Amino acid sequence: MANLRVKLPGLDMKNPVIPASGTFGFGYEFAKFYDINVLGSMMLKGTTLEPRYGNPLPRIAEGPSGMLNAIGLQNPGVEAVMNEELEKLRPLYTDKVIANIGGSAIDDYVETAKRLSTHDMVGALELNISCPNVHCGGIQFGTNPEMAAEVTKAVKAVSQKPVYVKLSPNVTDIVAMAKAVEAAGADGITMINTLVGMRFDIKTGKPIIANKTGGYSGPAIFPVALRMVYQVSQAVQIPVIGMGGIASGKDAIEMMIAGASAVAIGCQNLVDPYACPKIIDEMNDILEQMGIEDIHAIIGKSHQY
Amino acid sequence: MTNYQGNMTIVSKRELVKDVYEMILEGDGASYIRAPGQFINIKINDSLQPYLRRPMSICDYDENHITLIFRVVGEGTKILAAKHIGEQLDCLIGLGNGFVDLDKKSAVVIGGGLGVPPMYKLAKELVKNGTKVTAILGFNSVSDVFYKEKFEQICPTYIATMDGSIGYKGTVVDVLENHQLEMEVYYSCGPEKMLDALALKYPENGYLSFEARMGCGFGACMGCSCKVKTKPYKRICVEGPVLLSSEVIVNG
Repeated sequence: MANLRVKLPGLDMKNPVIPASGTFGFGYEFAKFYDINVLGSMMLKGTTLEPRYGNPLPRIAEGPSGMLNAIGLQNPGVEAVMNEELEKLRPLYTDKVIANIGGSAIDDYVETAKRLSTHDMVGALELNISCPNVHCGGIQFGTNPEMAAEVTKAVKAVSQKPVYVKLSPNVTDIVAMAKAVEAAGADGITMINTLVGMRFDIKTGKPIIANKTGGYSGPAIFPVALRMVYQVSQAVQIPVIGMGGIASGKDAIEMMIAGASAVAIGCQNLVDPYACPKIIDEMNDILEQMGIEDIHAIIGKSHQY
Repeated sequence: MTNYQGNMTIVSKRELVKDVYEMILEGDGASYIRAPGQFINIKINDSLQPYLRRPMSICDYDENHITLIFRVVGEGTKILAAKHIGEQLDCLIGLGNGFVDLDKKSAVVIGGGLGVPPMYKLAKELVKNGTKVTAILGFNSVSDVFYKEKFEQICPTYIATMDGSIGYKGTVVDVLENHQLEMEVYYSCGPEKMLDALALKYPENGYLSFEARMGCGFGACMGCSCKVKTKPYKRICVEGPVLLSSEVIVNG
């Protein structure tokens, strides 16, 4: 067995594999398939101060090696997440989870973060400043470095747990965004969120997604994610959790070689509910075949080139 | 573990009417089905294309077999229809709530087009439980009709077609309105317009099975959530696909 244990701010993980927010609900649906305690951690469904229904249907469309979604941050609100959803998860998962926070204004983020960061099951927060599917849903913070820094600073001031900021790929210079949130006190970066895309019905010309645009994810975006993680992880001192199209143990290893200290698995969970446990096993097998005893040996291995 | 993922083998395939196929799958996973009206989510092939699974209704099942009926409408169903006997399909089984309340004195099962299949196993189960069952099956035209004889073998069956080429000319709702059928409860699956019409005219004692575009089929992505009167929302894949007629928000 290779050593897969990684330690990141707020998270002491037996392996670096984390289901990504929005593709794993609040975890318990996957316990119908397997013992979710095998996971390093998990990123909870994006949570807002008030309950949100989200966007009208259809919210899902398909594309080459990927999918487009515009859920619109559907969630039952922070109080129900803390009192109901996390209580359903408690008997099923013993390690710390990462609470993902969405909002429309700085005050929303601050209030939600203040409450969630006190929860005993939460090891860290992930600020979603990059949801492309909600009007005034955070993307304005995710495309402007000054605003990203402002919301990061405000949340850091109230959070009792480390704060990760989730970056959008829909920007001209993602390194500038990363540096801005690092300077504002972020403990880590998670990246990348989805790429904004569309599909149309060729008979009517109408967008398939009711929201018109959605976020594209899946293996199709993997090389884009690798490139961005490669750039950002060399430009900042804080750890990067890499995600975007990872579908196998080999992909996860490649993402860590690009510079990620851990990986998140997104829509592959939807296609294959066993994606995460399979990836954990495959990572171990690959490291053993390569004669590598500790996962840390590969983190950022590409940076010499 | 209440849900199953694994391979099922295609043991039978036939074209019932143009572009509509019946396919029988064999494997242990069938034992995970808990109620008629649950659905199966199929990975059409091993490649990344098509990327998402295809959710489908279940027409019939036993401990080892699942019968599907599907129409070729797009890329995924086209590939599925071209599969051969003996090939395997990666399936998620045990999904959705299915039909409940299967112990009433009398029931009407109402299927429209590709909403007919899940009514078949349901009707069989109801008859087995001693419920007096009537079936109403709606199609566009006589050339689209399938499973008529199969239903007739288990219960009195009305056929409705839009062009009147067989049975009643009109919709399944017209048949229901113009006949005095014993109906302590009704169950239906079909096009959304048909389900909406039923929910408006018969808001009580109905169970309506809906379809939706799904990302996962097991409650993780929230891609199929719809607003209902009883809760802020229900996921068609977990708290559905069967909703109460009294909780459905028409055009919601």
